[in-house]
Amino acid sequence: MHPVPCRVRSVVRELDDTFTLDLEPPSDDWSFVPGQFTMLYAFGVGEVPISISGDPGDPTRLVQTIRAVGPVSDALTSVVAGDVVGVRGPFGTAWPMEFAEGRDLLIMTGGIGLAPLRPAILHTLEHRDRYGNVTLLYGARSPEDLLFADQLQQWRGRFDLEVLITVDHADRMWRGPVGVVTSLINRASFDPESAVALVCGPEIMMRFTIQELERSGMTEDRLYVSMERNMKCGIGLCGHCQLGKFFVCKDGPVLSCAAMTGACWTREV
Amino acid sequence: MSEPLVIDREGVDALIEALIDRGYEVVGPTVRGQTILYDTITSTGDLPVGLRDRQEAGTYRLEERGDDALFGYVVGPQSFKKYLTPPGTVFWKGLRTEDGFETVEAAAPPRYAFFGARPCEVAAMRIQDDVYLPVADGVYTERRERSFTVAVNCTEPAATCFCASLGTGPAVSVGYDIALTEVLSGEHHFFLAEAGTDIGEEVLSDLSARPAHDEEVVGARRLVVHASDHMGRTLDTDGLKELLSANLTNSIWDEIGSRCLTCTNCTMVCPTCFCSTVEDRQALDGSSAERVRTWDSCFTLDFSYIHGGPVRSSPGARYRQWITHKLSTWHDQFGSSGCVGCGRCITWCPVGIDITKEAAAVRERDIRRVAVGIPSVREVLE
Repeated sequence: MHPVPCRVRSVVRELDDTFTLDLEPPSDDWSFVPGQFTMLYAFGVGEVPISISGDPGDPTRLVQTIRAVGPVSDALTSVVAGDVVGVRGPFGTAWPMEFAEGRDLLIMTGGIGLAPLRPAILHTLEHRDRYGNVTLLYGARSPEDLLFADQLQQWRGRFDLEVLITVDHADRMWRGPVGVVTSLINRASFDPESAVALVCGPEIMMRFTIQELERSGMTEDRLYVSMERNMKCGIGLCGHCQLGKFFVCKDGPVLSCAAMTGACWTREV
Repeated sequence: MSEPLVIDREGVDALIEALIDRGYEVVGPTVRGQTILYDTITSTGDLPVGLRDRQEAGTYRLEERGDDALFGYVVGPQSFKKYLTPPGTVFWKGLRTEDGFETVEAAAPPRYAFFGARPCEVAAMRIQDDVYLPVADGVYTERRERSFTVAVNCTEPAATCFCASLGTGPAVSVGYDIALTEVLSGEHHFFLAEAGTDIGEEVLSDLSARPAHDEEVVGARRLVVHASDHMGRTLDTDGLKELLSANLTNSIWDEIGSRCLTCTNCTMVCPTCFCSTVEDRQALDGSSAERVRTWDSCFTLDFSYIHGGPVRSSPGARYRQWITHKLSTWHDQFGSSGCVGCGRCITWCPVGIDITKEAAAVRERDIRRVAVGIPSVREVLE
């Protein structure tokens, strides 16, 4: 339950309100798996759950991407190199990277949902030969709101990765598609009989994405989502993150749609 | 364990003293503001002697019994979670240093003896054990492992009691160090004392107690069985877990929500509700900071708030979350019901919403049955 002081190596401003912190990990033998999060603590201000957005193959760096939406995330995004923040974790479940081996991989995300999926993408690229077709479908509000834009450009240049990006609205400089992320599904090449989908975004986006993917022939045991709920403890004690029978902090955030029964998608559950 | 012993009121006083001598802070029922509240006690004189509690949905009154019973009442609004997870506990404290900050180690908590714990209270502590002990939260575990429990079997349930439906009372079966049964009839006023653990037996051996006669044991047991047959309420637990998880979209939640004030009383008085939140404080000069754990409730809007708004904004959804967690998903999470049948949520609800009645109402309007046109039991009888 005790936050461990971790020094900030650098801060990168990704978007107007979104920052990536590069931290020294809490200990030498620290590691995480793609999909996990930590509780980040701003001294005296408070603690919030933040997904890890760095490379799981590089345990010397703890990289976290934060959008400033409240007092704690404001405090965490106004740190500078050399400052210290508190870290507890990593907590939570992982994207099914092993289960997806030998299969096509569909990664669908919207907005800041790209951050918790970046470790999965980096892992996939590091072990590219283990996976079939890999497609990243990403939706943002506008071209200016594209997270990790430089990296997206880089990924788009690869021959072993398909990157499709759509925005809600754009000016005429934008040559890509405009519309919701689900409209990209029919442009992706994947085998619906065996592919695995990793989905992270606003709940409403995930709900419609799952519906579309099921319509395309995918089954719920191969659909994975990362859920967001209020979290105070990260260890299944405070009760805030309950989603039906799940404590999202320890049974999630990554959940298989096969485990997420209809109850979990019921309004206001 | 050992043979049942018999002690009188002086024996109970000696028991309290023996616990104090062993370094325990003895906490048990006392009267304050015409309500039975848990507080530190040093003798039987601190107990609500000769009082009875009249409880009904939204009603609580103390009245004179006209006798000297030490335990002639059931449970008040508080449970021992008041001591095991005290609201406002500083569970982390840090000092700012040149290198950032450092953790200040916390002092050891008191050793509590929970005195006069009803079987539902003991059951509630065991349920909270399943929540807290596996994660060693640094607050509950330390207090619980050092505690001592003197349970008291129930012989006169309140109108709001339904522990017999949950199998948590009126007799305590596990989780106690010493169990007392008060027998008060005519000339006789004694307490059957039984040890549940080695340390309980050791404490009892310090008292001048005599072995109980068979008829005394049988008489005491009979009072508890009588209590079991006279529960004020019942909760039909048959298929209850599945019933609630299948009825999330039942329109009944909106109707209950229109009565519910979302005041959080039911969650505050519930002996198993464990949800908490954290408040962060720091010294004015920023030199130190504390993280304070307080009780929270699934009935507040803030509870489910994520950026953009609360997940559960309607009162009906919040009531549904509470009762479904208590009676259904608790089984998935911890392998038992989250309800012990103490009836506190019924008594202390300002509008008298009754968990047993609402569960029965959902059963009556089960959407699985209604969908295929099967009549309910009540409809057949009518």
